[in-house]
Formats: sequence, structure tokens, C-alpha cells
Amino acid sequence: MTDVAVAQPTASQERSVGLWTDAFRRMRRSPSAIIGGAIIVFFVLVALLAPFIAPYDPTRGDLGASYLPPGPEHWFGTNVQGQDVFSRIVFGSRLTLGIAVMSVTIGVSIGAVLGALAGFFRGWIDAVIMRSVDIMLSIPGLLLAIAVVSWLGRGVLQVAIAIAVVNVPIFARILRGSLLALRDADYVVAARSVGVGGPSLLVRHMLPNAIGPLIVQATLALATAVVDAAALGFLGLGPPDPRTPEWGTMLSDTYRYLTDAVHLAFFPGIAIVLAVLGFNLLGDGMREAIDPRLRR
Amino acid sequence: MTAVAESEAAERRASEEPRASEEPLLRTEHLRVHFPIMRGLVFERQVGAVRAVDGVSLDVRRGETVGLVGESGCGKSTMARAVIRLVNVTDGEIWFDGQEITAARGEQLQRLRRRMQMIFQDPYASLNPRMTIGSMLAEPLRVHRLARGPEAAKRVRELVEVVGLPRSAVNRYPHEFSGGQRQRAGIARALAVRPDFIAADEAVSALDVSIQAQIINLLAQLQREFNLTYLFIAHDLSVVRHISDRIAVMYLGEVVELSPSRELYDRPLHPYTAALVSAVPIPDPAVELRRRRMILVGDVPSPANPPSGCRFHTRCWLRRELDNPERCVDELPALRELQPGHRVACHFAEELTGTRRRDELITAAAGHSSGRTTAPDEVVTPESVAPEADDGFFAPGGPPGAEPHA
Ligand SMILES: Nc1ncnc2c1ncn2[C@@H]1O[C@H](COP(=O)(O)OP(=O)(O)OP(=O)(O)O)[C@@H](O)[C@H]1O
Ligand SMILES: [Mg+2]
Repeated sequence: MTDVAVAQPTASQERSVGLWTDAFRRMRRSPSAIIGGAIIVFFVLVALLAPFIAPYDPTRGDLGASYLPPGPEHWFGTNVQGQDVFSRIVFGSRLTLGIAVMSVTIGVSIGAVLGALAGFFRGWIDAVIMRSVDIMLSIPGLLLAIAVVSWLGRGVLQVAIAIAVVNVPIFARILRGSLLALRDADYVVAARSVGVGGPSLLVRHMLPNAIGPLIVQATLALATAVVDAAALGFLGLGPPDPRTPEWGTMLSDTYRYLTDAVHLAFFPGIAIVLAVLGFNLLGDGMREAIDPRLRR
Repeated sequence: MTAVAESEAAERRASEEPRASEEPLLRTEHLRVHFPIMRGLVFERQVGAVRAVDGVSLDVRRGETVGLVGESGCGKSTMARAVIRLVNVTDGEIWFDGQEITAARGEQLQRLRRRMQMIFQDPYASLNPRMTIGSMLAEPLRVHRLARGPEAAKRVRELVEVVGLPRSAVNRYPHEFSGGQRQRAGIARALAVRPDFIAADEAVSALDVSIQAQIINLLAQLQREFNLTYLFIAHDLSVVRHISDRIAVMYLGEVVELSPSRELYDRPLHPYTAALVSAVPIPDPAVELRRRRMILVGDVPSPANPPSGCRFHTRCWLRRELDNPERCVDELPALRELQPGHRVACHFAEELTGTRRRDELITAAAGHSSGRTTAPDEVVTPESVAPEADDGFFAPGGPPGAEPHA
């Protein structure tokens, strides 16, 4: 038996690598993950370097220069207040990414805790949590978000929380599903048979194997968060300061002038679509790389 | 594999004769494990039960290996998991080393976990893919406070070596290993707590034939070295017969025959066992040529809705031979001790006693019938699974190792 040759361990096989490294390696070969990742990296760089990229102050308007079409002075033109659309989009990426990341972080944290409680303890805890989740999922997401914002008031954090609330039941359900499937997995039963129980069983054996779908869903949720944030902004529920360069708010500010100045809607729209596409492609690529069915 | 294992088993039998009267290490009394079938989304209610294990009384003596065989789905894994307390028991009793453990929990259960272990059927599914072999093996040591730090590391290295894995395995992940190596890792995990009893659930079924022999030899060697008691599960008699002292045959959640393994093999008393026996290839090529497989017709009935009376009656060739006696449908056959140490649950087991030795069973249909064989077309319904079954219930020998799956 020992004569069956096995590749010598290489440098990359130190502790705590293994399947994750493997998934990452596969992701690097997936076109959708590469393109999605590139788009997201691009937006992150734009957000980080916004002050160096934007030629103008995104909040300061020049009423003498309103409505300018795209040109060498103002690449994406200017809006009614004479603000530079390009600069607003550049700075807007900070808001959009910030809201998306914040909302997903909050949503994943709460959703994962609820899902873990439900999937690990079962019984009445599960029943209570999952019935609440069902109720929340029966309300259309945007409606729920609108309700939360009108309750909490307007503001960046409020928007993030509203979107997080929409995501919580989705994450809870995904993690619960993975954990339920794992309860009967042989290696979990095997761990129980050697005496592992309680938190140790959950943390060492179940969560590491249940977390993959959650990560994929979180990436995809970033995409929906971008859309939701834009939708709230568009509906006038975005940040209260009208000068804030939020992509959705920019769309709604300008749709009345759409026939005269297409550029006002076109460029924020493109930014939203690109960001959503980026997260979606990345999420899809990750799903393929992590999917346990492809892994043996 | 097997020459070694067989002679060892024989030795063990010989040397342990006087122990026979001792209290068995493991004993079950009318053990039942039923899985509820639930319906309804909001208000779940039970609409039935899968009777995976349904009234099994079995004992395993110290140092002994009891084989447990039966077709897929007959409840072998559930039986193994029940006796080492991984699934809850519906009814009946489990005794281990003089203690009742049927409902053991907390401290008592944790102590049991140090004494009873399991080797799993699927070496691919039974190792946590995100844990190195080393941390997997260290875990039981930590949980039971058997060793820590360098002491634990030393134990882990010993375990890896004792099952024949390379030392470097400690830092590697399961997906870097072959099936046979993974199964060795699973065996090492079971050994980590130095148990007395191991339920080996089809420990070799998922492996190549050549690897199977190695693993069985390893298990036999470990048994000697650590004085282990095995419940050794397989769906195929050829795997268990050499390593087992006694064999229990399961059908739809019940034990239908229990006997010393040689005797079971040479003189099966239950028609189901006879069918299983006929599927075992014979090492002697001359006899193997004449071997005829008995093909069991029909599907295994669902354990959620088992047949009345004798559960095997829907597929029983002996019953057809005897012109379908009503008794098989009406009355549950008791597990009777027909010969010393040889129990069988069949109303008509006497029909098989002495009249059909194994070789007769095997050669019976080689053209001429022996004794009671009636018109063959009465016995077999034409079926697609066994195209080689021309018109006798003994069909010509199938590929070696094939089991009489319906
Ligand atoms: N957790 C469970 N819930 C519901 N039904 C189950 C469960 N585990 C097993 N069963 C059912 O119980 C019956 C016996 O299953 P078991 O796994 O014990 O059979 P087995 O003899 O080990 O089969 P195999 O040879 O395929 O491993 C099957 O019908 C199976 O579907
Ligand atoms: Mg099984």
C-alpha cells in the first residue's frame, strides 16, 4: 500500500491550505471570475483613488456650465447644477461599494448566526427562525427595504441596513440548508463517533464545509445591493443631501431631462450595470470553483 | 487475502473455545430503529416509518468477529450506527460490556465513544475534506484528553504508521490520497481512542479488489495486535467469510440466519442465505465452471412497508418450490436454533437441512435436478436483470463477486 506513489508534498501544501487553495487555483482559470474580478478591482481602485482621478469637486456646481454635453472639459458632461458627471460617478463608486459591502457584511453576519442556530439546533429554534425567514422572503425585497428606510430615516447607513435586512433571510436559509445536509455527512457522523460534539462539531467540521455557498451568495448579494442602493436612491430614499453623488440619485435627478441630455442617465446607468455585472461574474466564477460536486 | 486471514480466524476460534460461555461484549435484544416518514410543510405529521432495523437480537463475544451480510438497504449500516449509538434506538436494548447503553448520554456516552468505534463505508465521504489527516487523528486524543502537545503528535505518527500510511500523511489533506489510503486513515481514526469494539461498515466495498485484500489483512492484523472485537459488515459473503467467526444474514431489517461462518457457508439453512452463498465464486476452477448462481427475482420490498409473515416470502424460491404455503404469508418465522449455534428464521428450513450441501446447491442445476427441485419455470420469473437466467432458478455463474442483487 505504501508503495502507491503519492506526489511529494510541495511548498503549497503547508497547513491550512488544501481545498481553498485548490478552489482559488480553479478560479484563476475561470473566464467569468477573471473578468468579474477585473471589473471589481477596477471599481475598488477608482473608489480608493477618487480624489486623484476626479478632475472636479463632485459637489460643487457651476450654474454657468450646466447641461454641457460630454466633451474634453467635462468627459461625461455636466448636470443641471453644472456639476461634473464624471467626477460624481468616480466619487459615487465610494458610496455604492461602501453601501454594498456594509450591507452584505451586516446581512451575512446576522443571517449566518440565524442559519447556524437553525441548522445546528433544529427543533423549535429552527421552527421560529425559519418561519420568520419565510415571512420576510414573502415580502418583495425592495418593498422591505423601503419600509426599513422610511422607518429608520434617510442616510447612507440606513440604506445599508435596509439592504442588509433584505439579505438576512437569504443568508440564513442558505447556511441552514448546507448545515442540514452536512449533519448526515459521514465525516460529521464520524466526528461524533470519536466524541466531538457541540460547538466543536459546528466550528471545526460543519462550518468550514458549509461556508462555500455562503461566500458565493455574498458575492452575488453585492450585485443586488448595488441595484437596491441605486433603486432606493432613484426613489428619493438615498442620502438626504442632494449633492451626494449617489448613482441611483443621479439617475432620478436627471430622468426628467432625459430627452435633452441622454448623457445624464447614460453614464450612471453604465456604472451601475458594470458594477452589477462584475459582482455577478465573480460570484458565478466562484460558484464553479467552490462547488463541492466538482470536487472529490 | 484470505488464506492468511482464514487461518488466523481458525486459530482464534480454536483458542477461544472456553470463552464461549462468557458474557458477550455486545448484545442487542429485539433492537428496532425506525425512521419516521414526515409529511406536511407547516404542520409535520408522521405518515409512516422506514423500519431499517426491526427486531434484531445479536451478540458479539470478546475478540470475535461477527459478519453481517445482506443486500443494499437491508439495514446493515443502521444496525452498526445504532449499536455504537450514532442513531437513536426506537425500541429494544443494547448492552455493552455488561452495561445497558440503549439510551446512554452525556458522560456515559462519552466514555462509550472511547470503547466503540466505526469504520465507514465510503472512504471519500468519511474524511473531513478541510482537515489534515494529522488534525483529524489528534482530535479524539484532545476530546478524550488522552494526550496533548508532543505526546499527541507522537501518537498521531504511530497511528499513521500502524495503518501503513506514509509519515508525510500527517500534514496532508484527504483529497491527496487514494481510496485505499483514505480507508487506512479512517481506520487510524477509529483506532485513535484504542477501542475494544469496531463496527466496520463495508470497510472495503468501495475499494478495488486488490486493495480490498490489503485492507482486510490490515484489519485482521490489527485485531490480533489490539485484541479487537469486530462487527464486520458486507453485502457480499465472499468478503466476510474469511475474517468472520460467525455470520449473521440480514434481510429487510431482520436477522434471518446466524451461524458459525464455515457452517453457514457449507450448509445454509435459509433460502435467502442459500442464494447469497451461490453467488460466491469458488477458487477451484473446475467447480467454478459448474457453479450456478441462484438469481433472486423481484425487487427488495420497501422497508417502509415490509411484506407480512416472513419478509422474504415475496422472493423466496423455496416457497415456490413448496407450492406457496400460506404459512409464509401469515406467520412471522421465529429465529430457531436448528443446530447448536446455528439459528434460522424460516418455517421450512428443515427442507434445506442436510439435503442440500453447498456443492449440491451449486451444481444442482447443471442439467439434472437433485431431489426436490421442481419444474424450473415455476421457480423463476423471466427477468431482465439476469439475462443469463435461461429457465432455471440456478442461472449459469455470473461474474465472480457479483451479488444476487435484484
Ligand atoms: N437517516 C435516515 N432517515 C431515513 N431513512 C433512513 C436513514 N438512514 C437509512 N434509512 C433507510 O433505512 C434503510 C436501511 O438503510 P441502511 O443504510 O442501514 O442500509 P444498508 O444495509 O447499510 O445498505 P447499503 O448496503 O446500501 O449500505 C434504507 O431503506 C434507508 O433508506
Ligand atoms: Mg450501508
